[in-house]
Amino acid sequence: MPLTYDSFKEGDALPELKKAPGVTQLVKYAAGGGDFNPLHHDFAFPQSKALGSIIIHGRFKYAALGELVSNWLDHGGRIKKLSCQYRGMDLPDNEMTLGGTVKRKWEEGGERLAELELYVNNAKGKNTTPGSAIISLEA
Amino acid sequence: MAENFEITDEMRAVIGIESDPWTHEVTTTSVRAFARGVGYTDPVYFDEAAAKAAGYRSLPCPPTYLGTPVFIPGKSNDTFSGPKATGPGVKHGLKNVLDGGTETEYFADICAGDTLEVAGKVSDLSVRESKTTGTMLIVTNESTYTNQDGVVVAVQRGQALFY
Repeated sequence: MPLTYDSFKEGDALPELKKAPGVTQLVKYAAGGGDFNPLHHDFAFPQSKALGSIIIHGRFKYAALGELVSNWLDHGGRIKKLSCQYRGMDLPDNEMTLGGTVKRKWEEGGERLAELELYVNNAKGKNTTPGSAIISLEA
Repeated sequence: MAENFEITDEMRAVIGIESDPWTHEVTTTSVRAFARGVGYTDPVYFDEAAAKAAGYRSLPCPPTYLGTPVFIPGKSNDTFSGPKATGPGVKHGLKNVLDGGTETEYFADICAGDTLEVAGKVSDLSVRESKTTGTMLIVTNESTYTNQDGVVVAVQRGQALFY
């Protein structure tokens, strides 16, 4: 069901999204997103060797936060702004839990808006990729 | 690892200089490829009938996807797929790069069939100390996405960390 402005309140949590992309999924993301940095698929690449593993694209996690918000909206509104910071590396095949909360909702200039605080928690519960979003909702 | 790294006037001189625009295409196939790469299961990003039923002109861009830069051997960056000519660039001599963060602002919808002209510039330079990688240079790049009707549909700011 498309999200409506009246169906949620400040403090509500978004349904979580779990992801554990393996190398094959990262290769699919590289093909779709165009980032072929070997750090994300080649264990023999010097930077991968120095880190001990390939790592998940920061942009994969950013896009996954987009998926989290898109799933919640279910096309009942649109994203006006989406951001995140890559604070920690995530490794392939390690489960990440993506989620968020509604920080604020308000009406302004005829628009119904909400601000979301987002996270990508690694298996140890550390938020490696804090993010935020502003969404605009239909009536 | 960089030691005693400083931002020079020569590096600062590139701030604000725009690159020549480069074309990004949004096609049904490119939208599906991105959505598949992220792992979406929402049919709106794969099935045109579902997209139209949800009110879109065609398959909409999933969040953070802003089209695929046209790839031309010799003119495109073979690793990152964007144009080689990205403005003057910051001459810092640091070898490694990590992605620091990304912000996208949307002003209008973007769907399959759209063609976006993208111009980029360095909008900020700063340094940060990191326990694991030493002194890092943070380069903020800002790209403006303008569609075939001349509408600015998105602005994206990315931070690249060089060390």
